[in-house]
Amino acid sequence: MNKVPIEAGLILAGILFMLGLISVLIRRNIIFMLISVEIMLNAAGLAFIVAGARWAQADGQVMFIFILTMAAAEVSVGLALILQIYHQLKTLDSDAANKMHG
Amino acid sequence: MQLTFYVASSIAIVATVMVISRHNIIHALLYLVVSFMAIAVVFYIIGAPFMAALEMIIYAGAIVVLIIFVIMMLNLRAEEVEQERQWLSRGILIGPAILSIILLGELLYILTTGEISGSNYQTVDPKAVGMSLYGPYVIGVELSGILLMSGIVGAYHLGRQKKKIVHRFLEQVEE
Repeated sequence: MNKVPIEAGLILAGILFMLGLISVLIRRNIIFMLISVEIMLNAAGLAFIVAGARWAQADGQVMFIFILTMAAAEVSVGLALILQIYHQLKTLDSDAANKMHG
Repeated sequence: MQLTFYVASSIAIVATVMVISRHNIIHALLYLVVSFMAIAVVFYIIGAPFMAALEMIIYAGAIVVLIIFVIMMLNLRAEEVEQERQWLSRGILIGPAILSIILLGELLYILTTGEISGSNYQTVDPKAVGMSLYGPYVIGVELSGILLMSGIVGAYHLGRQKKKIVHRFLEQVEE
């Protein structure tokens, strides 16, 4: 594990983040947007761990644990909101939620 | 060790491209699990084996399964897949893709011509992570606990469905 350049890890994190970003921007389905946000969070966590491994400090992995926790809480609340949206609007189209209060 | 890193990262990139281009949402989630597994392998190579296990357990094992459960609860029919095929046309890909590729180009330029010294990854022990979590970062652990609890309570309240009772002339909403 000693010959892999540091830039390769960060480049991988950047490419994954960019793919998640593109997916958030082009999708209309709400669940696909949630999945894309998860991809972006995972890429950010990868960048943290690469940085922590480069300086041999535990802070990168600590940050990844916090990111993991936050992603889990966000997914549960986001899915509950998606259930409510589907119950009200009968569709998963994010453009359908364009009126306030009915 | 270098070859394994490049193979795992290319699998991660290919799997993520497949995630963002699928019409069927379950297919996209399966490719997402593959992507998370590849990234877990990258974590292991970099020297964070505990994080690799944690990623598999929590990300691929809990979050993706939670999304699959909710999708099954929604009871989507075949016409939703068809609708997704109509929504995801080639035309809308151009704008965000161009902007994002420009951003990525900037990032790659900075990363490759910058002064990132050192070319070795050192393994960080899980014990060091634990000492750090219970030492300087104990506030973060407490706040994560509070966040998770508020997430649970919020998800419970938001996920409740109210039954509508139609009582002849009036519509009553009963919880």
